[in-house]
Parts: sequence; structure tokens; C-alpha cells
Amino acid sequence: MKPLLQAGHRGCAGCCDAIAAKFTLMAAGEDCIVVSPTGCLEVMTTPYPESSWNVPFIHSLFENNAAVASGVEAALKAKGEFGKTKIIAMGGDGATLDIGMRSISGAFERGHDFTYVCIDNEAYMNTGVQRSGATPFAASTTTSPAGKVSFGNIRPKKNMPAIMVAHGSPYVTTTSIGYPKDMIRKVKKAVDIEGPTYVHAHSPCTTGWGFDTSKTIEIAKLAVETCLWPLYEVEDGELTKAKKIKNPKPVEDYLKMQRRFKHLFTMEGGDEMIKKIQALADANIEKFGLQ
Amino acid sequence: MKRNFEDDKKNMVVVEGSYAVADAVKACRPNVISAYPITPQTHIVEDLSQFIADGEIPNCEYINVESEFSAISALVGSSAAGARSYSATTSQGLELMHEVLFNISGMRLPVVMTVANRAVSAPINIWNDHQDSISQRDTGWIQLHAEDTQEASDMTAQAFKIAEDPDILLPVLACLDGFILSHVYEPVVLLDEELVAEYLPPFEPKFKLDPKNPKTFGAFADPNSYTEFRYLQQQAMNKALKVIEDAADEFYDLFGRHYGGLIDTYQTEDADIILMAMGSIVGTIKDVVDKLRAQGVKVGVLKVRSFRPFPAEAIKNAIKGAKVVVALDKNISLGLNEGALFTETKGSLYNTNVNIPIIGFMIGHGGRDIPMSTMEAIVDEAKKVIDSGITVESQFTDLKEELL
Repeated sequence: MKPLLQAGHRGCAGCCDAIAAKFTLMAAGEDCIVVSPTGCLEVMTTPYPESSWNVPFIHSLFENNAAVASGVEAALKAKGEFGKTKIIAMGGDGATLDIGMRSISGAFERGHDFTYVCIDNEAYMNTGVQRSGATPFAASTTTSPAGKVSFGNIRPKKNMPAIMVAHGSPYVTTTSIGYPKDMIRKVKKAVDIEGPTYVHAHSPCTTGWGFDTSKTIEIAKLAVETCLWPLYEVEDGELTKAKKIKNPKPVEDYLKMQRRFKHLFTMEGGDEMIKKIQALADANIEKFGLQ
Repeated sequence: MKRNFEDDKKNMVVVEGSYAVADAVKACRPNVISAYPITPQTHIVEDLSQFIADGEIPNCEYINVESEFSAISALVGSSAAGARSYSATTSQGLELMHEVLFNISGMRLPVVMTVANRAVSAPINIWNDHQDSISQRDTGWIQLHAEDTQEASDMTAQAFKIAEDPDILLPVLACLDGFILSHVYEPVVLLDEELVAEYLPPFEPKFKLDPKNPKTFGAFADPNSYTEFRYLQQQAMNKALKVIEDAADEFYDLFGRHYGGLIDTYQTEDADIILMAMGSIVGTIKDVVDKLRAQGVKVGVLKVRSFRPFPAEAIKNAIKGAKVVVALDKNISLGLNEGALFTETKGSLYNTNVNIPIIGFMIGHGGRDIPMSTMEAIVDEAKKVIDSGITVESQFTDLKEELL
């Protein structure tokens, strides 16, 4: 089968965007239209006159991805071309749950038939690792740096999947690029369900998080294995499935491999912060019944 | 002035300006309409919504978006997917769209949008001036201004024809004065759908989002190629100078109505004083011209229909015989103390052999009424320029000193 995302793009070694896009296209197939906001994915795959996309691809702006996808869907419907072709909006966490929040909220409320895939690497990576609403508690970024009187980002992640559930989406799911079969299955399920569906893919960024380029998948798995990133599905508002984690690993195993959490292991009081992060993982175990 | 009033009269109906525009949009058979309500654009989108609810626009989706930003963004997707795409807005809504306007033009998507021109906040004001669309001057949209509701209606069909011309592929702002035209009831001839079908061929873009022939839209261009994208947009603007004229002429051939192409003139051929303006104010000026002509004052009016592309050559030819030109602007560039029409006319003549004094009056801000007496006073100022040269180059009109 022809790769729908062609090799030779300009992503970093170990790039999470390329992995997430590849899995998404493996699930959606070649009869799809991809809509993508400004960010690493668009920049690394479409340097004019080159393009890595073997499916139709459109990038407009940073904050309007879901609105552009709405327009594509409306056009196909109006022209009697809607049906088999899947419409995929695919963007980063900043474009999705910060600057694009109004756009995605409107599109889901209106009920356009498309699938939104959020590639969540937990900060603004294309501009150099600035804090977003998806940045986790105590992570150091370039605009929430750890310092003499700071442990980094002081807020937990915005719960975007819950927001999308609240919009009445028929299918909201979390996944991780560390689990290819899980992600491909869920994207496929999402594109086959009528209405606006939402796939939130946890996606470790080698440069932004500070780990070796060979560790992307390992880190992604650790987020799940520590229960900091639960994998679950919500159908018509009901939690229908959550991946069990029999013996959760301590969050230190995940944190210690990343530069963005390094300060928690060197600063006085860092151990208290790690306890708070462990509490977040424990709360996930409770909330989603992960054990 | 080729308007065929005899044929018009038989088919006239009295409708609101907004309805005339909405009906024209319907006749153009759009595939996607995406809009967000804002005064004084609302009646246009309400009428279109009713047409949709009554099944009168086949093969069309109406998207009730959550903001103007998404209204115009949705049309990026729809137009790229090959749909004839339309929106309408004004003022704050247009300003909110600003970023997307650049994007649509840069991607060469022939979207058409009606603007019911309105002042911008602060202070908040819902009445007419042109600050909203003038502020979008450099976004790469063709910008046309209508004088009356009939022209606003007919301009809608012309706008699609111009935008979708394969040599142009630029979006068009079709402007009409908020309230003054959008909410006035006048006799108009609604567009005949069969004639529009003859005038406006189906939108069949060479490239669109199509899984059978995948293309990438909105690629990023580094310094090696970005300049050429801008150059090609400018080339299309240059070509539009003729295409706008052609669209007006072809419209006349089929519908018997003509309002000028890039510009229109009234009593300018022997005029010593030429007033130039855009939009509904031109109608007022024509009455003033008639009155003053009866008194022996050689005055005429130059209507600018196309603000972008700016018709420098057409304007130069129209005014070259005058002794003074007065530009009337319902907008201001703060910090320059000039309106756009004044600045640009002055600038476009600077390196030519036409050396006529030009003065500017900024007028009608925030919907302030423009009585004929004001216009006559302006003509008196123009006469002084002929006699003794320019004393004040550009100024506010009818300023209320007591409020300062």
C-alpha cells in the first residue's frame, strides 16, 4: 500500500506528529481529506513546492481548523459528494484546546460529520516549547520555566475530552501513539461513526520534553503505564471502555526520563511535587477504574 | 450611463435592499453560505436562511457558525472543496475576519462576501461609514462599492463572475452602505435566475480538495518562493481591472443595466469641479450636481466602484480636464488626517502629467447625515481652490465644535 504520509518530510527523528499522522491515515484510508492548523505537522510536511501528503490536505490558519473542516463537510454535502470520503481535522494541543477552542466548540455543537484528532504534545512545540492549556502540572516550559521560586507550570491539563463529551459528541476517546493498534482502531471507529467525533492522542515530543529520539514510544507507554494518561472511550456520553493497568508504575519512572521534569529531582521540595503528580495518577485510577 | 430604464420599470418590485442582495445571492446558486449575525447585515442572512428553509436554494448548505472568524474560515474549506461560497458581514465582524481575509486571497479562493458598511468601535456605533472595508484594503480582496440597492443586487452576480474568472481567482467584497442601502425599500428588478445562469457559469475550479487527485492547499513558503505568491496576486489584481469592466459590460448585454465598471461619471466631461466618492453618497452628489448645474456651476461626480484594484488610470482620465478635484471619504487614516480615496488618488497622480489640485473631506463618520447643504459648502471650498489655491488639504466635515 502506498504510504499516505510520504517519507522524506522534515520532522525530527522520533517526531510524534509524524507517528500520529501516519496512524491516523492508516485508519482513515486514502479516501479522506485532511484539514490541519498551523503547527509542526503542517510546516514539516508542506514546504512548497513539496508535500508529504498523498491525500488532499489543507492548512489555513492556527485557530480555525474545525471551522475549515466544517466548510469542507458542507461543500461535499451541498455538491452531493458526501458519503465515503472521511474528513479528518488534525492539530496540536494549542490549536485545539487553546486558540482553536471556539472553532472546535462551534463545529461540534453544529454536528458536522468529521473526526478531530488532537495530537497532544503538551506545549507549543513549533514555536519553541511554550506552555499551553495542555501542559501538565509541574512541567517546565519556556514560558512556565522552573526557577528559583517556581516548579514550572502550576496548573493541571485542561480536560479537553470531557469538554468534547459535554458537546454531545457520539464518540470521544483518548489514545496514545505508544499503542498503534489502539490508536488505529479508535480512529477507524471514530471516522465510521456519524457526527463529530474526537480522538485525543497523547504524543511525546522529543525536543520539547527532552528525551532521546529513540524513546518516543517508550515515554508514551510510560504515561499510560503510570496512569497519568488513561486510555478510555466515551460513547454517547457514557464511559464504555478503559484500558486496565494491572500494576501501575510509579510516576517517577515517567518523570525522570524527561528534561521538562528534571527540576523535580534536583530542587528542594521537588519530592512534594512528585507526590502531587502521583496523586493525579491515583485519581485517574479511581475515576476510570484502571485496576 | 447605459441603464435601460424602460425594461426595468416593467419588472420592478419594492423590496428592502437586504432582500435584493439575498435574492441575488440565491440567483447565483451558492453551494455554501456561512454567516454570523451582525447589524446591519442581519436581514441579508435572515432572508437567505428563509430561502433555505423554503427549499429555494438547491444544493446549498447554510452554516450557522459561532463567530465571524469561523464564518469566513468555513468558506476556506468549502471553496477549496469546490463549492461556490458566500458570506455577509460588517464592521466588527469584518475586522474579526481580518486574518482569514489574507488567507483566502493568498490561497486564491474566489469567495464572495457582502459588506453592509458600518463604522467601527470605539465608540460603538452601528451606522454607516466605510472604515470597516477600507481597513481591509491590503488583504488581497477585490473591493467594490454600490451606489444604490439595484446596483448592490446586480453587483453580487458580477462579484462571483469576477472572482471565479480563471485569470483572477481572487475573493470579492461587495459593499453597500449599511442602513442607507441595506434597510431602505426601493423599487428594484430582482435578478432573473435563468439570465444569471447564462451570465455566471458553474464554478468548476481546476484544483480542489479531491481524494481522486490529491493536492496540498496552504503549504508554507519560505523566502525562496513567498515573494512570487504576492507577485501573482498583484498580477491577478492588474488583470481584474479589465475583468471588472468586462463583467459590467456583459451584465449590461444580458440585463440592460450598467453602473460603470471600475468607475462611473456624471457630468464630468466639461466639469471644472469634480467630486469623487464611493457608495450611496454618490446619489446625493448627483442631486447637488443637478442643482448647481442649473445655476451654471460646472460640477460633476466621479463614482469609484472599484476601490481594489484601484483604478488609477480610469480616474486620471476622468479628472484630467478639471480644475479641482474633491475626494469625499467616509473613513480616515488616523495619524495622516486623510481618507483613503483622497490619499490614493493623490498618490496615483503624483508621477503623471496630470497636475490638478485635490482636496479631501472626511464625511459621514458613524452615519452622520450628509445634507445637500453640506455638499454645496464643499463645492464652495473647491471654488476657492480654483481662485486662490489650496489652504486646507484635508479636513473633517461638519465638525461640531461644541462637542470638542
